[in-house]
Amino acid sequence: MAEVLTLPPKLPKSQNEEVGASKFCPGCGHGITLKALGNAIDELGIQQKTVFGCDIGCSLLSWNYMDLDTVQTHHGRTTPVIYGFTRANKEAIGIAYMGDGGGLAIGSQHLVNATVRGERMLIVVVNNTNYGMTGGQMSPTTMPGQKTETTPYGRDCEVTGKPAKAAEMVAAIADPAKSFVARSSVSNVRKLQSTFKKALKNVENGGFSFVEVLSICPLNWRTNNVDTFGRLAQMEEFFEVKEFLAPEGLV
Amino acid sequence: MARTKIVLAGEGGQGVQSIAKILVEAGYEAGKQVLYIPNFGVEQRGGVSIAFCQIADETIGEPRYSKGDIIIMLSDRAIDRCERYVSENSTVVYDTSVCTIKPECKCKNIIGIDANKIANEKLSARVFNIIILGVLLAATNVLELSDIKNAMEKALGKKFDAKPELRELNYKALEMGMNLVKEKAAL
Amino acid sequence: MVNKLIKEDTKMFLTGNEVLAYAANAAEADFMYGYPITPQNEIMHTWCKLLPKTEAGFLQTEDEISAGFSTLGGILAGKRAFTATAGPGNVIMQDAQSMAEMMRIPFVCAVMQRGGPSTATVIYAQQETRLTCYGGNGEGFRIVYSTAGHQDLYDYMIKAFNTAWKYRFPTYVLADGYQGKMREPVMLYDPASRGIKMVPVTPSLLGEGQIGIDRKSVHMRNTYNMEEELMEVLDSYQVDYDKMAEEVAEYEEYKAEDAEILIIAHGIVARSARTAVDELREKGIKAGLFRPITIRPLAVKPLRNAVSRAKQILFTESANGQLAQMVLEKLYGLTTPYSTLYKMGVGVTGDDLVEKVESMVKSPSVV
Repeated sequence: MAEVLTLPPKLPKSQNEEVGASKFCPGCGHGITLKALGNAIDELGIQQKTVFGCDIGCSLLSWNYMDLDTVQTHHGRTTPVIYGFTRANKEAIGIAYMGDGGGLAIGSQHLVNATVRGERMLIVVVNNTNYGMTGGQMSPTTMPGQKTETTPYGRDCEVTGKPAKAAEMVAAIADPAKSFVARSSVSNVRKLQSTFKKALKNVENGGFSFVEVLSICPLNWRTNNVDTFGRLAQMEEFFEVKEFLAPEGLV
Repeated sequence: MARTKIVLAGEGGQGVQSIAKILVEAGYEAGKQVLYIPNFGVEQRGGVSIAFCQIADETIGEPRYSKGDIIIMLSDRAIDRCERYVSENSTVVYDTSVCTIKPECKCKNIIGIDANKIANEKLSARVFNIIILGVLLAATNVLELSDIKNAMEKALGKKFDAKPELRELNYKALEMGMNLVKEKAAL
Repeated sequence: MVNKLIKEDTKMFLTGNEVLAYAANAAEADFMYGYPITPQNEIMHTWCKLLPKTEAGFLQTEDEISAGFSTLGGILAGKRAFTATAGPGNVIMQDAQSMAEMMRIPFVCAVMQRGGPSTATVIYAQQETRLTCYGGNGEGFRIVYSTAGHQDLYDYMIKAFNTAWKYRFPTYVLADGYQGKMREPVMLYDPASRGIKMVPVTPSLLGEGQIGIDRKSVHMRNTYNMEEELMEVLDSYQVDYDKMAEEVAEYEEYKAEDAEILIIAHGIVARSARTAVDELREKGIKAGLFRPITIRPLAVKPLRNAVSRAKQILFTESANGQLAQMVLEKLYGLTTPYSTLYKMGVGVTGDDLVEKVESMVKSPSVV
C-alpha cells in the first residue's frame, strides 16, 4: 500500500495553526490576503505587538484565523476600535481588516477621518466588488454592468454612480509625508506581501497606511477558475494597481 | 427656610449671564447655598437669555421653579417670555428705557427703571448690566455690597488692574443700580 | 498613569459638566474619547483644559459612533477610558454600547439628557432613560446611575468606573442638561480619602506574556454561529447580572417611612420632589419620596416595600413615564393606586408636585 504523504501546510507563524489553512469559501481571496499579511508580520517580527480587528462580513471569518490578539467589532466600526486602541497603546501596531462594504459604505466616515488625522494604523480593504457574506449584493466597488443580487440586470452607473476608488480617495486626503497608500491584488501574492510589509513598516514608523486588495469571490460571482481570474484582470484594469503614496525613505 | 428665586432675562449680548455668574459667585463666597442655571438655546448668540438663580440658607432642592421672587425683564421679548414666572408674591423689575411694553401681571410690585438710559447718558453702555446687578443686589437684599465687589474682582480683576478707572466705573454703576431700587422702594 | 488633581477635600463652585471631568480624573481615568453635542460639551472642554496637568489622553472623533467604538478600543488597550454624550448622540452610540454589553467591556459613559425625540431641544429632559437602560439590540445588561445634583455627579462618576471594571457591564452616569449646565457647590475629594480603592485595570489585548510562549493569542468575539451557543453565553451573563444587582442597586428614601402619598422620581426631578415633600408636610399632607439611584438594576425589594406602605403613589418625570414603565413591571401584584405627572422634556417644579399631590388628596386615584 502506498504511503500517504502528509505535508503540513506552510503557514505564517502569525497565522493560527489550530484553525488550519482556510475557513473561507473555496477560491476566496481572503485566505491569500491573510497569508500575505501574516508573512509580512513575521518578516517584521511584530506579532507580539500587533492588534488585529476584523469587520463584519466575510472579513469576520478572520477573527481567529491569525495567531494575533484579535477583536471582532461591528460592521464598519473596526477602524475606530483600532485607532481607539493605538491611541491608548503607543507601542501597538493596529490593523483594521475589512471588506469594501465596511470600508467604503457603512464605515466610510471612519476611513476618511482616520486618514485625515493620520491615525497610526493599517487599514486593509479587501475589495471583491460585492457583499459576500450577506449573499452578494452590490457594494460601492461593484463593477459597471456587474450582476449582483441587488443589481440583477447589471450595475447601472446612471442610477448607482460609478464604482468607488478607495485608494485614490485615501491618497487624495492623506498626508503624503506620513502615509503609505497602495492598491494591490491577490493575483500577485509576492507583491501583496511586500506591499503589506511596507505598509506595516510605515505604521511602525508612526505613519498611517492604507492597502486596498483587489480580491476574488467565485461563489457570489458564480465564476469558474478561469473566469474568476479573468474578472480579476478586468478589475485590475479598472482599479489601477500601484503605490499611490509612500513616505520618502520607506523601503 | 429662606430661599430667594431670581429670574433674570434679557437679550443675548446684554450681559445677563455675566452678572448672574457674579451674583451666584458672591453668594457662594458668602457661604450661602446657591444654584444657577443658564437658559441656553440651539444658537450660540442671540435670542432671549435667561438666568435662573437661587440663593438660600439651606440645601436647595428643585433646580427650576415655577415662580420667581424677583423677575428682571430687560427687553420686550424677555417680558413675553418671563411673565409665566410671576406670582402674586413676585417683584417685577423692567427697564423702561429698553422695553416698549409694560409687564401686565398680578404681582407684589412692578418697578420700572431706566438703567439703559442712565448707562448711556451718565456712565457707559458697557456697564448697563452692572447697573442691573446693583438693582438685583438691592432688590434681593440677601447679599452684602462687599460680597458682590469681591466676586466682581474675581471675574474682572485683571481688566480692572489693567485699567483702574474701570473699577471706579463699575462701582459707580453698581451704586447707581442699588439707588434705583431704593428710590422706587421709597415711593 | 495620570496625575490626580484633587489631593485633599476641595469645595468648589462648578457646573455639572466640570464636576464630571474632575470626577473622572479623581477616578484615575486616563483617556476620554468624545464628540461635541450639547449639553455635555464642557465635560470635554474641562478635560482638555486640564490635560497639561493630568497628562491624560483625549481624542475628538468624527461622530458618536466612533467615540463609542474608540472608547472600547482604549479600554481593550487597558485604559480606564470613558466618553460622554446626549440625545441623538446617545442614539447612534448604542451601536458601540451593545458591543460593550456582548463583550463585557467596562465602558463608562456620562449621558446628559436633552429633549427628544430627534434633535428636539439642547436643554433638558429625562427622555433617554429607557434608551440608556435598554438601548441596543439586546437585554440591557447595563448599570445606570441617575444623579440628582453635583455631589452625586462627582460621587457616582467615580463609582461608575469601579462598578464597570468590577462587574464588566457598561456603566452610565445618567444626568441631564440642567445638571450639566447648572452651577452649585460641590465637595471634591480624593477617593482614597473616603476609603475608595480604584479597581485595577488590565488590557484585554496585548496584555502580559508572549503569544505562543506564555499564552495563546486572544480572540475576542461578539458573533456566534449557533442559537444555543448564544443563549448559553447570555444565560451566564444574566446570572452575573442578577448577582451584581443585589450588590449594586441603590435607592434613596425621603420621609417615605410613613408616607401616604409616595412620589417615585429619579434624577433631578427627585430634587424637586424633595422640595414638594417638605412643603406638603408643612401643610399636613404625609408625602414622601422614593428615588431609585440605580434605575437599572432597580432596588426591587425596597421599592415594593415602600409602595406597599403607601396609600397612593405618584410617578413624575420629565418624560412620558419611561421610569414608571420599568418600575411598574417590578410592582406586579401590588394594588396601590397611582397617578402620574409627566412633563415631556420640561422640568418638574416643586409647585407642580404640590399642586398634583393636593389634588390626589382631594380625589384619590383608583388606577
